[in-house]
Amino acid sequence: MSVGLLLVQTLNGLELGVLLFLIAAGLTLVFGVMDVVNLAHGVQYMLGAYLAVAFAAATGSFWLAVPLAAAASLLLGAVLERLVFRRLVGADHLDQVLATFGLILLAEEGVKLVWGPAPRSLAIPDLLAGTVPLFGGLRYAVYRLAVLGAGLLVAGLLALLIERTRAGMRLRAGASNAAMLSALGVDVGRLFALVLAAGAMLAGFAGAVAAPIVSVDPGMGGPVLILAFVVIVLGGAGSVRGSFLAALLVGLTDTLGRSLLDAALAGALPPAAARTAGPALASMLIYLLMAAVLAFRPGGLLPARGRA
Amino acid sequence: MLEVQDLDAGYGRAQVLFGVSLSISAGETLALLGRNGMGKTTTVRALMGLLRPWRGAVSFAGTRLAGLPPHRIAQAGLGLVPEGRQVFPTLTVAENLAATARPGPWTRARVLALLPRLAERLSHRGLQLSGGEQQMVAIGRALMTNPRLLILDEATEGLAPLMRAEIFRALAALRAEGQAVLIIDKQVAELRRLADRIAVLEKGRVIWHGRSAEADGVERLLHL
Repeated sequence: MSVGLLLVQTLNGLELGVLLFLIAAGLTLVFGVMDVVNLAHGVQYMLGAYLAVAFAAATGSFWLAVPLAAAASLLLGAVLERLVFRRLVGADHLDQVLATFGLILLAEEGVKLVWGPAPRSLAIPDLLAGTVPLFGGLRYAVYRLAVLGAGLLVAGLLALLIERTRAGMRLRAGASNAAMLSALGVDVGRLFALVLAAGAMLAGFAGAVAAPIVSVDPGMGGPVLILAFVVIVLGGAGSVRGSFLAALLVGLTDTLGRSLLDAALAGALPPAAARTAGPALASMLIYLLMAAVLAFRPGGLLPARGRA
Repeated sequence: MLEVQDLDAGYGRAQVLFGVSLSISAGETLALLGRNGMGKTTTVRALMGLLRPWRGAVSFAGTRLAGLPPHRIAQAGLGLVPEGRQVFPTLTVAENLAATARPGPWTRARVLALLPRLAERLSHRGLQLSGGEQQMVAIGRALMTNPRLLILDEATEGLAPLMRAEIFRALAALRAEGQAVLIIDKQVAELRRLADRIAVLEKGRVIWHGRSAEADGVERLLHL
């Protein structure tokens, strides 16, 4: 594989990584602080994409559609917290899985009723259309670079919020010991509601900015949710910093692994065998990564509870 | 200021506390003594709302506390230094002090004056501290919430003698300033010097209470 292609795949991996981070950030806090397993978090990503498509159609502007989709996701997260998630705090994990799986079914069917089962798409805005040259005659889409930049910007703002503000301190404190935090006078339920709504907004924002480069369909949240769970386990549940590291690792491993494995297997195996073994092995890579990391660090890369 | 009347509490179906009654006036230090498993920590957990009392009344400066969630109880003016210290491990000492601080006479500067050892550790994370330092963080963290009553569960358990002495010195300074304190510890001699009154728990019941000066028989009650 050429250096240029490696660069392209690295950028693709980082882009997948930052999108995964935006989704995993809320998920890891909800799981880390309140011990709530939220399978419906992928739905927020999917709805964010649909909302962006709908707002773009209504306003005619991508630049209005993305913030509107993020705001609507925040609102939806707040409503779901009041209606559903508040009741799941302290409940059995099985109850949480059942309730949030129910939300997935509702949301996916609801989307099919409103927008139909066929995939939708969102046009890349003119300002971010086209490609930029990399070396070696390769070109890279401006929009993908913009997604990477926007993701890193949001990650940076989130890091600032979590590392430098009192609300951030409380989040980190709650992720390690929520009962102690409440015994010191912090309303952990309200903190949870904020985290849930903010997490929904981040996932919705990820869906909105991903909409122009993925197929917007009712099932798009599922695969992303699974990757996001790999990210939070790998990073250490409750640790946003760990999630950032893990998201980039998962994005790079998945993207680079696929192309490198193809190249490596093509050299070592007969073409027919390489064509079947390549994708099969590639889809296992992130799980192998997870198993390897957990074997040495059972609490994940940067556990929120300190030494795990 | 704190009035506990006929408190029953337990875990699952196992009753631990049987009609515990206690009171603490403003500026007073009460020591709660008892062997392991006699209900001291359960009393603290029930006071703080971390465990829902089965029966009985807890009132604090006119507010009924029994049945309220922990954060409301803490906001009413109870500051907890829990058993096992429970410092936030990934937060720095400065963050541990600041995260739950509420406005009042206790500021970081005053806490550091009381516990000078912490001043050198402000940027260390909770998990990097020794047990004694963690206990100082836990005390400072509770003081920063500006509690009217400071509750210490196992104030010096497992600490080196030097650390133990430093903590008792800090507690004596608090008492001199008029801070009300409920303290649980195993150092009976130290507690008799520090506390105004002593209550002894045995099998979930208060079997003795009185002034520290009159507590000559306490060691025998504790089977020491």
